[in-house]
Amino acid sequence: MDILTSILFATIVAGTPLIIVALGQLIAEKSGVLNLGAEGMMAMGAIAGFAVTLHSGSPWLGVLAGMAAGAVMSFIFAIVVLTLMGNQVASGLALSILGVGLSAFIGKPYEAEILQTVSAIRIPLLADIPIIGEALFNQQALVYFSWALFGGIVWFLYRSRPGLVLRAVGESPHSAHSIGYPAIRIRYMATIFGGAMAGIGGSFLSVFYTPLWVEGMVAGRGWIAIALVVFATWRPFRVLVGAYLFGGVMVAQLFVQGSGLEINIPSQFLSALPYLATIVVLVIISRDQNTVRLNAPVSLGQPFRPEA
Amino acid sequence: MTSATDGEHEYRLELEGITKIYPSVIANENVSLKVKKGEIHAVLGENGAGKSTLMKMIYGVAKPDAGQMKWEGQLVNVENPAHARSLGIGMVFQHFSLFETLNVVENVALALPGNPDLRQLAGQITEVSNRYGLPVDPQRLVHALSVGERQRVEIIRCLLLNPRLLIMDEPTSVLTPQAVRKLFDTLRQLADEGCSILYISHKLDEIQELCHVATVLRDGKVTGDCIPSEETPKSMASLMIGKELPVPEHNAPTSLGDVRLQLNRLSKKSDDPFGTDLQDIELEVRSGEIVGIAGVSGNGQQELLYALSGEELVDDAQAVVICGKASGRDLPDQRRRNGMGFVPEERLGRGAVPRMSLTENALLTAHHKGMLKNGMIQFRLISEFARKCIDNFNVKCGGEEHAANSLSGGNLQKFIMGREILLAPRMLVVAQPTWGVDVGAAAFIRQELIDLRNEGTAILVISEELEELFEISDRIAVIANGRLSPSKKLADTNIDEIGVWMSGMWDQAQPAPEATTNA
Repeated sequence: MDILTSILFATIVAGTPLIIVALGQLIAEKSGVLNLGAEGMMAMGAIAGFAVTLHSGSPWLGVLAGMAAGAVMSFIFAIVVLTLMGNQVASGLALSILGVGLSAFIGKPYEAEILQTVSAIRIPLLADIPIIGEALFNQQALVYFSWALFGGIVWFLYRSRPGLVLRAVGESPHSAHSIGYPAIRIRYMATIFGGAMAGIGGSFLSVFYTPLWVEGMVAGRGWIAIALVVFATWRPFRVLVGAYLFGGVMVAQLFVQGSGLEINIPSQFLSALPYLATIVVLVIISRDQNTVRLNAPVSLGQPFRPEA
Repeated sequence: MTSATDGEHEYRLELEGITKIYPSVIANENVSLKVKKGEIHAVLGENGAGKSTLMKMIYGVAKPDAGQMKWEGQLVNVENPAHARSLGIGMVFQHFSLFETLNVVENVALALPGNPDLRQLAGQITEVSNRYGLPVDPQRLVHALSVGERQRVEIIRCLLLNPRLLIMDEPTSVLTPQAVRKLFDTLRQLADEGCSILYISHKLDEIQELCHVATVLRDGKVTGDCIPSEETPKSMASLMIGKELPVPEHNAPTSLGDVRLQLNRLSKKSDDPFGTDLQDIELEVRSGEIVGIAGVSGNGQQELLYALSGEELVDDAQAVVICGKASGRDLPDQRRRNGMGFVPEERLGRGAVPRMSLTENALLTAHHKGMLKNGMIQFRLISEFARKCIDNFNVKCGGEEHAANSLSGGNLQKFIMGREILLAPRMLVVAQPTWGVDVGAAAFIRQELIDLRNEGTAILVISEELEELFEISDRIAVIANGRLSPSKKLADTNIDEIGVWMSGMWDQAQPAPEATTNA
């Protein structure tokens, strides 16, 4: 692989967990539920995925376990905010703290373990395209999954009837309820979907990306995913762009740090760069108030209590 | 299901002994109501009389605590709105249940069962809109529609389900007189085709013109049935409020004093992409007169209000002159200190802070009237002031320490009016003084405005209710598409002329603006 191909390859790998997590959150937020617990759900997904893969030997069972862990976490959150009408922001923050702490506790015995690297899936013909072929089509299965997820979500939100209902609930649960849609149940499903995707994103980190478990290995990616959804003005394509931008800068700064070039930039600043660059770029592209107004779920973060 | 003959099931809907109790209030008590096939049946009552609750139970949004409902002779228990729709009951809500970020077709599709093909549905929408004279473009986003157009979307959405009972909750509050007439034509056409209509309103003249039968509710109970065509608006009003309706005394202005508000070529581009730009507005309001501004909502009223209150500043300070002082660049607080009072349209959120007590809300605009001492709040004075607002203006509430959002709309409006009036403004700007307020309270508020005028205050009233403007104004002007018509003395004009002006056609020399004609 030449240098360009390997940078592109690494960019896509680094962006993938963000895409999965952010698209899951996008669905939850489109229904009007703001779950700030992505970081915690990813951490739980990461440790569940790692542990199950280690014991079973199957990374696929690991991903499933990660998904289940994320879904359970978001289900707890959904009970608190949708049934018990808790404050979404506070509950989400608590979920993050819980997930990060609990995963560290569960993960203590696993810190010295290493998983086998999962081999990539090479798609014939497409992978033979010069430069980009190896980068795009000789990838981990979850990379292909993230693309399918993107396509599926675009279709779901803008082409399917359930997607239309979901957007309607996110705009006004009261109106949706008054014409007969079960707004609470729809919000439950969207929230749990968001949690499941966060769990998959977490397990990608511990099973595929760096096949080991370290406390705090999610490293703020959950937060970036949440920010990504907002600054992408709740549009899936912009989430995709933002995630790869993050991945790209991440790889570039690692490349600079590892190149041994004599530059006087603190490594901490370089490590912070992907987060900074992603936010700055997304803030700039989301300045248009009109797109925000047309895409933001109006009821985001507001509890909904149907009349008896 | 509907194999029964007409003779057996004369009534499409029968309610018997419906009771609904909320924790703090009995919304409906032993209400019975019968609606015939093809009948336009009015449900009349003040705010809080329980009309909306009753309709919600018919439509399955709320469940009755006691009583039964028969639909075409069969006992039914409406589980939810979808069930109601499948029975053939449609409802057009007072506060629209449309989704602003979706387009018309998507909004309609959401209310239909199954998974309709959107392109085909657009065709059906056009067909229904042509048949009933309800023009609307299926592809437009709802937030870009005028209120009248939104209502049409709601009606079309109901009609596509071929309803046999259509519930209309206060449908005309936002329409021009011409649009009201078109709506009535549509409703009569529907009734002729056999659809029953439940028509909720507090506008007595409309009920008289349109409805076959009326049921009157007061405090959750049925106080009587009547045939509107055999009653006078006055007799129906007394059924509704339980006493004679006071009519505001409106004498001619005695003497006009100095100019208190002057707008000089006020122009402002709206920041809101869906807002209206104000163009060269000229207006003068003198001490001792009430000037009314009519217009269909969304024609620049909001922008004008912001420019008057100071929520948005205008570049040219001379464009807004309040009590002789160029105020275009002054903030709201400064304008109030100059003698202007202001009652905004939104009671909760602009007129009052919903979760704050009435005392605290009184402080918000009264603080420069000696209620602060060395920067400290004089709570005793504020409480007294709030109590005075409550007493003088008959505000029904639990006391001055209760939160603003615990009051009904009409009572909160009375409180806010009281607060502004007791501050003795030299110039008062009022938007929609009686919007959503019951007739009794509305008459009271109008009388207060007239009294205030008689004491020499200059008053500007911006309202969408023409009857109201004709009741209290001395002069009247029309706002359409961000332009203001010249004003006319009340004696020199009539509702029809103002109605025509509301579509922007007061100046035949200029081409009529096209965007505002919603007739």
